[in-house]
Amino acid sequence: MTSAPPGPDLSIDGLTHRFDRVAALEDISLEIGGGQILALLGPSGCGKSTLLRLVAGLEAIQRGSIAIGGRKVGAAPGPDLPPEQRNVGFLFQDYALFPHLSAADNVGFGLQHLGAAERRNRVGEVLERVGVSGLAGAYPHTLSGGQQQRIALARALAPSPGMLLLDEPLSDLDARQRHGLADTLLAVLRETGTTAVVVTHDPEEAMYVADRIGVLRDGRLMQFGPPTAVYDRPASPFVAKFMSDSNRLTGIVGESGIIDTGWGTVDSGSLPPGRSAQVLIRYQGVGIGFDVANSGAVRARVLRSRPIGGNTLVVLEAADRPGETLYARTPARHAPWEGDCVAVTLDPAHVFVFPSANAK
Amino acid sequence: MPDDSPVTAPFASPRAGILPFRLPTGAVWGLGLATVLGAVLLPIATVLAHLFVPTGDLWTHLASTVLPRYVANTLWLIAGVGALTLIGGVGTAWLVSLCRFPGRRFFSWALLLPFAMPAYVIAYTYTGLLDFAGPVQTGLRDLFGWTGADYPAPNIRSLPGAIAMLSLVLYPYVYLLSRSAFLEQSICSLEVSRTLGCTPAQAMWRVALPLARPSIVAGMALALLEALNEFGAMQHFGVDTFTTGIFRVWLADGSPAAAAKLASVFLIFVFAILALERRSRGRAAFHHMSIRYRPLPGWRLTGWRAAFAVVFCATPVVFGFAAPAGALLWWTWLSAAEVVDADFIRLLVTSVVLAGSAALVTVAVALFLAYAARRSASRLFRGLTRLAALGYAVPGAVLAVGIVIPFAALDERINALGGEIFGLSPGLIFSGTVFALLFAYAVRFLAISYGAIDGGLSRVTGHMDDAARTLGANATGVVRRIHAPMLRPSIAAAGLLIFVDVLKELPATLLLRPFGIDTLALRTYEYATDEQLVEAAPSALAIVLAGVLPVILLSRAMRRSSEPREAEEIAPIAAGTPV
Repeated sequence: MTSAPPGPDLSIDGLTHRFDRVAALEDISLEIGGGQILALLGPSGCGKSTLLRLVAGLEAIQRGSIAIGGRKVGAAPGPDLPPEQRNVGFLFQDYALFPHLSAADNVGFGLQHLGAAERRNRVGEVLERVGVSGLAGAYPHTLSGGQQQRIALARALAPSPGMLLLDEPLSDLDARQRHGLADTLLAVLRETGTTAVVVTHDPEEAMYVADRIGVLRDGRLMQFGPPTAVYDRPASPFVAKFMSDSNRLTGIVGESGIIDTGWGTVDSGSLPPGRSAQVLIRYQGVGIGFDVANSGAVRARVLRSRPIGGNTLVVLEAADRPGETLYARTPARHAPWEGDCVAVTLDPAHVFVFPSANAK
Repeated sequence: MPDDSPVTAPFASPRAGILPFRLPTGAVWGLGLATVLGAVLLPIATVLAHLFVPTGDLWTHLASTVLPRYVANTLWLIAGVGALTLIGGVGTAWLVSLCRFPGRRFFSWALLLPFAMPAYVIAYTYTGLLDFAGPVQTGLRDLFGWTGADYPAPNIRSLPGAIAMLSLVLYPYVYLLSRSAFLEQSICSLEVSRTLGCTPAQAMWRVALPLARPSIVAGMALALLEALNEFGAMQHFGVDTFTTGIFRVWLADGSPAAAAKLASVFLIFVFAILALERRSRGRAAFHHMSIRYRPLPGWRLTGWRAAFAVVFCATPVVFGFAAPAGALLWWTWLSAAEVVDADFIRLLVTSVVLAGSAALVTVAVALFLAYAARRSASRLFRGLTRLAALGYAVPGAVLAVGIVIPFAALDERINALGGEIFGLSPGLIFSGTVFALLFAYAVRFLAISYGAIDGGLSRVTGHMDDAARTLGANATGVVRRIHAPMLRPSIAAAGLLIFVDVLKELPATLLLRPFGIDTLALRTYEYATDEQLVEAAPSALAIVLAGVLPVILLSRAMRRSSEPREAEEIAPIAAGTPV
């Protein structure tokens, strides 16, 4: 497989944006290398789409600067290039295909600088690459969502942009189409060395496609780093909960730096004794054993045990504290029965301790 | 806290979004909107202001003598036309969209044909057909050997006659809107009602009709507004309504102020209809759940039911279009040699130029409004652009009064000033010129073009603009390569609708015509006033033929509306009927 030279790097510095005085982005700074894929992750309304639109030049920059490949494309104060001069491709959640043009003409839209024959060749090549060469003559309204998104991807790729910006590109598709398109997308990006920024609210999607993840909340960059770092070392309770389903418990740090959560003890890390702490335990960090005599375990009763996909979601109730529940996710073959008495242990790799929010 | 970051003003928008020309800033758009709003509201405000202007004895006289008759006739008109268009429009729409019977496909478009027939034309035609010397009475006399006038003949030139004429040409509003409502209804809701034990007829009463109610009411409101606007038919039939009253007070009594006072009372009726329509719509927002159109399965009619359906659908087509159009053709054949001369050609050209200019102006204003609304994030601004469409509800005669009064005052002021300063008076600039006429057309028909163009523009999503920009098109490129081709059908539809509406418009044209201007509608009216109905036929036929064009457009769009994409094509045209 031929590998193209990597695309331009992206550098964002001090980006702040407001809509009618409502802050959409607060002092965002981050950098990714050429050819890398950045996932901007966060709940809806966190500002991730605004950030993407600012990079594309679709939104006028208000404060801060954006550089693509070392060239300042947007800065306030300073130059703010219009989108057509930034050499970026954009993929929209709703595809935004032009309804009055055929698939081939949509893909050829950005190839005005080429002659007719060259354009036709390039359109055929890109359609082929994304796996829809049979649809060249079709009009958008006759195509399925997955087909439309592939045409849209071909259209964005056709002018060979150095950077591709993708706004929730997979969220309107069903699960099967999603995986197919995600793999096409990754393969094309790797082949062409294109730098990419993907906006998504799905942590699994982000982990699957990205080299770097930026987690946003209320316009602030909560954490930025490689996927494993963000997943394994969340910097805040928000990031920990957003990356994976978690139980939230509270406790006070004891003399020896140990917190008794009621479901087992955990190391408080750097928190001083006497401090009240919140403890986040991922569902998959809750171990379920059948050796109820185990002295290091907490005894619990299984309220519900339901297979979901390949895993089983288990709801536990503390044996000595009725009404207090804990969620666990466990491989289906290890799943207990409802009504079982089990021994609960906590896996330290899935436990994260933070100071309590109300006791700053 | 000092805040030096740029704040989004009401007019600021994502810059690559819409028409990002550098020049027209928010202020320019705002100013433009204010101008358009001012133009639309000026005549309405002028007329309404006269509600409170004392006009002395003439008004007292009017109020005690003719006003009660105007009110009674208007109420009868509303009741009669309302009932007939409701039964005819909804009945035919239900038959052709939810039943199957011989000729259904033909009727589904033929039922639109009476749209092409202006009410005054059909009124003149039936007068000619039914009067003592007309073919109907002559035929009956020959058949039964009657002589003289010793048999009872219904007088078409009466209030019931007017109601019949108006209903025959106005029911298509109700037909069109209720038909599209029936088609839009998810087949599921009808099928669900069947699985819940409804017969086809019950499904109509309990599901289809209630769901379509907002559309039916909207169609009736349009029909009633047109009925109130009608001048030619009322004048010819001698039925006194507000419209004819305004003409009499203005032209015969020479009192524009009293005419405006009459118009202000008239406007109360108009606004009452608008308010009722809003109210019936506002309390329940009906959304159709399914985006996809599927051909409705239809209730297969046989035997007497099928025969009844055919007769029911054929009646308005025959009496509302075929018979009068046939008569017009015959009379044109008889009178063409005498009437169609160089003068007639000049008339034709004047009409086409006038209607074409009005279409251009109105489409341009509508384009401006639609883009202004698109640019703006402010809800108030969008609401104001909709207010600019209010002119469609104002009857032509009222509009004319509301335009002449301020324009004449302005001309007077200009001439006085000119005389003082330069010693010369420039004459009439605004009133009594083509300017006033185009102004009236633009105000009255703005809603049609705005509806069509705004509907078309809404199909160009912001993301399409954005996509085009990131694909290397600059602002003008977006307009040229995306907006222009996508808007073309809407612009063409809007232009055509306005062209035809201006061609048939009578009351405002009659009151505002500059000296020396003559049009097809005016010529038809003049011949008819002289009872030269056969001579009126060529110009009337020309108007009817032009009126068939939008009907073809509508029926083509309707025929293809069973597919989702084609449903988009009906939108700009259907949106042209201001709802």
